[in-house]
Amino acid sequence: MHLIEFHNFHFRYKKNKEYQLNDINLKIDDNKFILLCGQTGSGKTTLIRCMNGLIPQFYPGFYRGYVNVLGKDTAETPIADLSTEIGIVFQNPENQLISMNVEHEIAFGMENLGVPREEMEKRIKEVIKLTEIEHLLDKAPFELSGGEQQRVAIASILVLEPRVLVLDEPTALLDPSMADKIIKLLKRIQMEKRVTIIISEHRMDLVIPYVNEIILLENAQILEHGKRDEVLNGENFQRLNINKPVIYSVFSKLKHEKLYKEQVPASIDEAIRYFQNYN
Amino acid sequence: MPQDYPLIVVNDVDYSYLNGTVALKKINLKIFKGELVGIMGKNGAGKTTLIRTFNGLIRPTNGNIYINAENIKSKTTGTLSQKVGIIFQNPQHQVFSNTVEEEIKYSLKSLNLSKSETQFKTDEILKKFNLDKYRERSPLNLSGGETKKLAVASIFCRDPEILIFDEPTLGQDAKEISFFIELINSEMKKGKTIIIVTHNIEFAMEYIPRTVLMADGKIVADGPTKKIITHEFLVTKSALVLPQISQFNLALNKIGIACPDTIYSKNTMIEFLADYIRNKSKVVSGENN
Repeated sequence: MHLIEFHNFHFRYKKNKEYQLNDINLKIDDNKFILLCGQTGSGKTTLIRCMNGLIPQFYPGFYRGYVNVLGKDTAETPIADLSTEIGIVFQNPENQLISMNVEHEIAFGMENLGVPREEMEKRIKEVIKLTEIEHLLDKAPFELSGGEQQRVAIASILVLEPRVLVLDEPTALLDPSMADKIIKLLKRIQMEKRVTIIISEHRMDLVIPYVNEIILLENAQILEHGKRDEVLNGENFQRLNINKPVIYSVFSKLKHEKLYKEQVPASIDEAIRYFQNYN
Repeated sequence: MPQDYPLIVVNDVDYSYLNGTVALKKINLKIFKGELVGIMGKNGAGKTTLIRTFNGLIRPTNGNIYINAENIKSKTTGTLSQKVGIIFQNPQHQVFSNTVEEEIKYSLKSLNLSKSETQFKTDEILKKFNLDKYRERSPLNLSGGETKKLAVASIFCRDPEILIFDEPTLGQDAKEISFFIELINSEMKKGKTIIIVTHNIEFAMEYIPRTVLMADGKIVADGPTKKIITHEFLVTKSALVLPQISQFNLALNKIGIACPDTIYSKNTMIEFLADYIRNKSKVVSGENN
């Protein structure tokens, strides 16, 4: 069974004429770090909203086909149940944080699910260590910096032990060094907790080195979904007007001029390894 | 081209929030007419606070700000907004009308135009920003990128002399960024002065000639962008990361490939590597002979 499966899924918001998702077929499996990319308006956020039942249950609109999460139809399963399997972190964590202090914020979801106290304490301890927010427990969420808020938002979802963590442009409001730290944190979470992480992100320089799959969206459709290096070296990625990593652009150009014959490197480290062997 | 008299002069400006947090400390800055200036620095460095003082949204606790040699202390935000247009980071906070068309019309109100002039200008700006197809749509029903476009359009329609953008490339794809760059270029040609607050290092490297770097409410550096954001110490201090090409340049040097530090753009890097590879293959084929 797949973690998430879209089958011939179409969706349009009630107020719009065009479909925001058009015949989506997609299968998401265990323990992957997946980048969702496409131009603005290509349907990334809409696709994410389908993953925990917000679409079609919360956003009014029309749909065909189905989305299953662990075999359960998202149109019929309560969002609360789906949310324990699929945790979503949106761009602006401020809208997601509601409690008076960080510790309570993190415990809130578990309290609602009736997780026993001992188990709660165990999970909190583990997650705050992983997300490096031990020193923030007594603070009010609004006192925190953007990067700290984002960590708390991630922690409050991780304690629910979801199978998939979905993040919609999580670093958009952060400065570059904090953005870099958050992406590295996500990679560590994926490795340690064996969860699948799906991230939509415009700063591809930052994420591409860490992901293992890429989904390309264009005009409400899935253009390609595959292993990172295959997608990076394909024509679709080349053609799409998205913020490609600078290293990608440099090596594609060299490849085009027949000065470089291998796969385009996904990171500076990979590019350097190539030249080390070259010497 | 920038002219030789300063359009904006910031003189010893301090600002503290009511809770005592000091956001700006002794800011001194001159921005010339026709200049394109970037303001960079980590979250909380004071960038947004500084630009808010330019149209009077925030009044300095100490010090003065002059625009066109006039002290703006006694001017209302309404008056200043005619000259200084600020496009904020989160466009959702800036749009509030029922439809896209009404949003632009509302913004034009302060110009006291006739009904037909207002309609003409509205049509013109919606077309320019490719928003005419969404005319009847609620701004809340646009994608993030389109909302941002609408926020920019609603400021542009008033044609202010100084344009200030807070994180314009945030959440924008390559197509939208190139649209934005064209827009900036055409405004520069008209002699507009443009200030851009940004974290986007690659963007700043390529398009912004001068950068003001802020940290902890102070200006820590002010000069040519290429010098400032390839400076490892300054960059670390201000929580930026080095541009990809600079990182790659340093890494090449570490493995013994002498890449000169004058190479910090994509194109010069491509040329350098192309030469390097060609020379190497010559050496290799020479050895084989």
